[in-house]
Order: sequence, then structure tokens, then C-alpha cells
Amino acid sequence: MAREQIQYVTAPKVEDTRKKYCRFKKNGIKYIDYKDGNFLLKFINDQGKVLPRRLTGTSLKFQRKVAQAVKRARHIGILPYVTDSIK
Amino acid sequence: MQQYETVIILTPLLSQEAVKEVLTKFSTLLTDNGAEIVQEDNWGLKKLAYPIEKKTTGYYHLTEYKAPGDLINKLEVELRRDERVMRFLTISLDKHARAYNEKKRSGAFLKKPKTDNQTENASK
Repeated sequence: MAREQIQYVTAPKVEDTRKKYCRFKKNGIKYIDYKDGNFLLKFINDQGKVLPRRLTGTSLKFQRKVAQAVKRARHIGILPYVTDSIK
Repeated sequence: MQQYETVIILTPLLSQEAVKEVLTKFSTLLTDNGAEIVQEDNWGLKKLAYPIEKKTTGYYHLTEYKAPGDLINKLEVELRRDERVMRFLTISLDKHARAYNEKKRSGAFLKKPKTDNQTENASK
């Protein structure tokens, strides 16, 4: 009963406990293909923006490659520049 | 001789012969100036993620070739001059990109189509 009366003044910080890892280093992927649309969808949010490293956990080296691949894919019309709901 | 990869998007309003004519024009331009075409494939008519030149679909064509560096400018001037080409993108391929394309051609990703093909090339 008492639990319901507890109103948090600030939202409790839900700690994302799972260990984030760079999927490129782990799987040994060396090249990110800009023509492969549905693989790149994993790295953009539903507005079409590139997800930050803190959410995807990719290392800096591969985050740059992902960002460049997404920009190239946008240029040739595979990924949208901006959209309301991509998924 | 660096290896390059060019993606060309043609307007969908072209007839089949016009498409073939444009593509052969560029491939002959490449081969005449000493380039060696490694691979060419047509993705055909595909829906664009956003309208380009007021059109929502485009005819995609990909050519992978080995060429001397100065040929790229000539090719791009031609591509810009030809108004049937809506958009193009030329990139140079480093060794990882070449290895990836090689693997893709050898069908290393086709064994398990359902898995995501990027993680597939990890095991090779």
C-alpha cells in the first residue's frame, strides 16, 4: 500500500545494466556498406538521425564509419534525411 | 590503379533502351580511358527514401572498377553533364571494402539469407 504513495520528485534513474559493446569489434566487421539500408537502420532513430555512441555502444572508430555510411546512404536515396517514423 | 565504386541513379522516365544506352556510354567511357571494370550490377527501379527531382523512384546502377586517379574527374563531368543521371556517388575502396565486395561476390553472405549479412562476414 505504502509503495503507491511514494511520489518521486525526480524520475528514478533507471540504470541500463547490460554491458554495452562495440558490435563491429566483437563480430570482427571491418567495412560498413553504405548500400545496405536495412543494416544501417539499426544505427538511426525513428527520425532518421544517427544514434549516439552512448546508446549503441560502438567504438569511436566505427561510429565515424557508421556516420559516414549513413550520410552516403542518404545521398543516394537509400536512407531519408528526415522522416517522422521510419521503422 | 585505385579501385573505385560508382552508384548512378537514373530518372525512371527512361525507356529500357535509353537506360542501356546511358549505361553503355559510361562503361565505354571508362574502358576507353584505361579503366578495368570489375563488376557491374543493376538494382533496377527502386523506391527513393525522399523525392529526388520530384521523382519518387530511380533506376539504380552500380559499377566497380579499377581506374587511374585522373579519370574520375572526367567521369564525373560527364555524369553531371548528362541530365538523365539524377544523382551519382563515387567512392574509392580501401582494402576492407574490397575484401567485403569480394566476399559478397563469392556469395559468402547468401548461405543464411535470414541472418543479418553484416554479422555474417565476421566468421570469415
